[in-house]
Amino acid sequence: MRYMMLIHHDEAALAAAPPSLWGDYAAFNEAIAKAGVAYQPGNRLQPSSAATTVRVAADKTAVLDGPYADTKEQLAGYFLIDAPDLDEAIAWAARCPSARYGAIEIRPFFTA
Amino acid sequence: MAPRAGNETGRAAERIARESFGRLVALVAARTGDVAAAEDALADAFAAALSQWPTGGVPDNPAAWLLTVARRRATDLARRRAVETGGADHLALMAEELEEAVASPEAIPDRRLALMFACAHPAIDRAVRAPLMLQVVLGFSADDIAQAFLVPPATMGQRLVRAKSRIRDAGIPFRTPGREELAERLAAVLEAIYAAYARGWGEFDDGAPRLAEEAIWLGEVLAGLLPDEPEAKGLLALMYYAEARRPARRGVDGAFTPLGEQDVALWDRGALTAAERLLSAASAAGPSGRYQIEAAIQSAHVARRLNGAPTWPAIVALYDHLLALTASPVVALNRAVALAETEGPVAALAALDPLAADERMAAYQPYWAARGALLDRAGRPAEARDALTRALGLADDPAVRTYLRNRIEGLAAAP
Repeated sequence: MRYMMLIHHDEAALAAAPPSLWGDYAAFNEAIAKAGVAYQPGNRLQPSSAATTVRVAADKTAVLDGPYADTKEQLAGYFLIDAPDLDEAIAWAARCPSARYGAIEIRPFFTA
Repeated sequence: MAPRAGNETGRAAERIARESFGRLVALVAARTGDVAAAEDALADAFAAALSQWPTGGVPDNPAAWLLTVARRRATDLARRRAVETGGADHLALMAEELEEAVASPEAIPDRRLALMFACAHPAIDRAVRAPLMLQVVLGFSADDIAQAFLVPPATMGQRLVRAKSRIRDAGIPFRTPGREELAERLAAVLEAIYAAYARGWGEFDDGAPRLAEEAIWLGEVLAGLLPDEPEAKGLLALMYYAEARRPARRGVDGAFTPLGEQDVALWDRGALTAAERLLSAASAAGPSGRYQIEAAIQSAHVARRLNGAPTWPAIVALYDHLLALTASPVVALNRAVALAETEGPVAALAALDPLAADERMAAYQPYWAARGALLDRAGRPAEARDALTRALGLADDPAVRTYLRNRIEGLAAAP
């Protein structure tokens, strides 16, 4: 099954994370790619301070400066994976270095 | 808990129908990942079995009988859905699976354990795990389950449907977890079964759904499927011990009767023997877990009441062990009550002190009842009255309320 692993970070905790985190990330990226689970490299996003939120109501476009939800944990990146079942996806999420700095949401792709 | 055939033969037939249903749902769901579709395919056959077998007799091969009836429907469904949606691969897969099983029904693998692990998966809401198992493993209807769990039928129906969709859509696997995960995942299965039993513990009305019985049944299926897991046996032993005392827990007039005052002649000796046997098999097999310790505590109570064995010190020691394992305030409370029997009410009250700060105790009736009883024994009737009154205000069982009122009336006048 295809899943997206959405990485939600506490941005303050991430900013304070030791530089070793990025070494861990490089190792994780390599492991998940070599295992054939991630079918494209993971993507990291700019922090929520760079976010812009757009809505159209009554044909008027409203543009907001900031993220969609003003929560402590913000979407910070994602992986696209193909795993046999949820348990396998959970195992990869638990290995992801970000799991220690926030939360990882696993969402199955919608299949018609 | 369903409307039941009244006689023994009828009940045995119902039991076989439910066991066969669970096996087939497990078989088909494990292959397709779709529990609801598996139930759907088997629904008519199961309904026919429930109505025919109790009076007409159980067929020689119950699973084959169900399969033969279900197969036609599954094939129809697969054909129709395939036309409607152009997809429905899993329905075709299901029909295929049923065909294979019909060809050699004696070789149908028992996948119920995998089904139970899917139902109690950490990604499934904790509160729906036991209802889900009762529905898919034993074939109880959402209405029956709703009645047992005191939830409106429509609400229970929605929760069950949602949980099944979640199993399918999130890709929750049907498998027995590997060794390293097993203990943790098994704990969720045990917890769900015990939660169902605990809900059934308060049922006394004969006409009421017998949730306790069905929880024990799930426990029996689980212990049978996991013969090497001491905790599965431990849980079953614990439920047997508790169930054995049910006939003695209410007096002839329906009055609440605490363990120490129960008429042991009313205890179910068959259930106690089965519990003892399971518990010793469990402790022989491996390290002691939570349910084995709780069962051992029950065993010690039984030995004291039946043979006058001085088991209070052992009970306190077992509670110490359990408390270290669970850090549960309820365990701490029970430990303090046992301590009153070895070191007296003053020591027991001192052991309760740390619990007073726990917010959960503010609304926990057994805490106030125990505290009141200990204060009474310690010769502090005014405080005992306060605590027992608080317990009375929290009690929702009329028999317990009557018991508490009598205790309050029996207190010595405050000096």
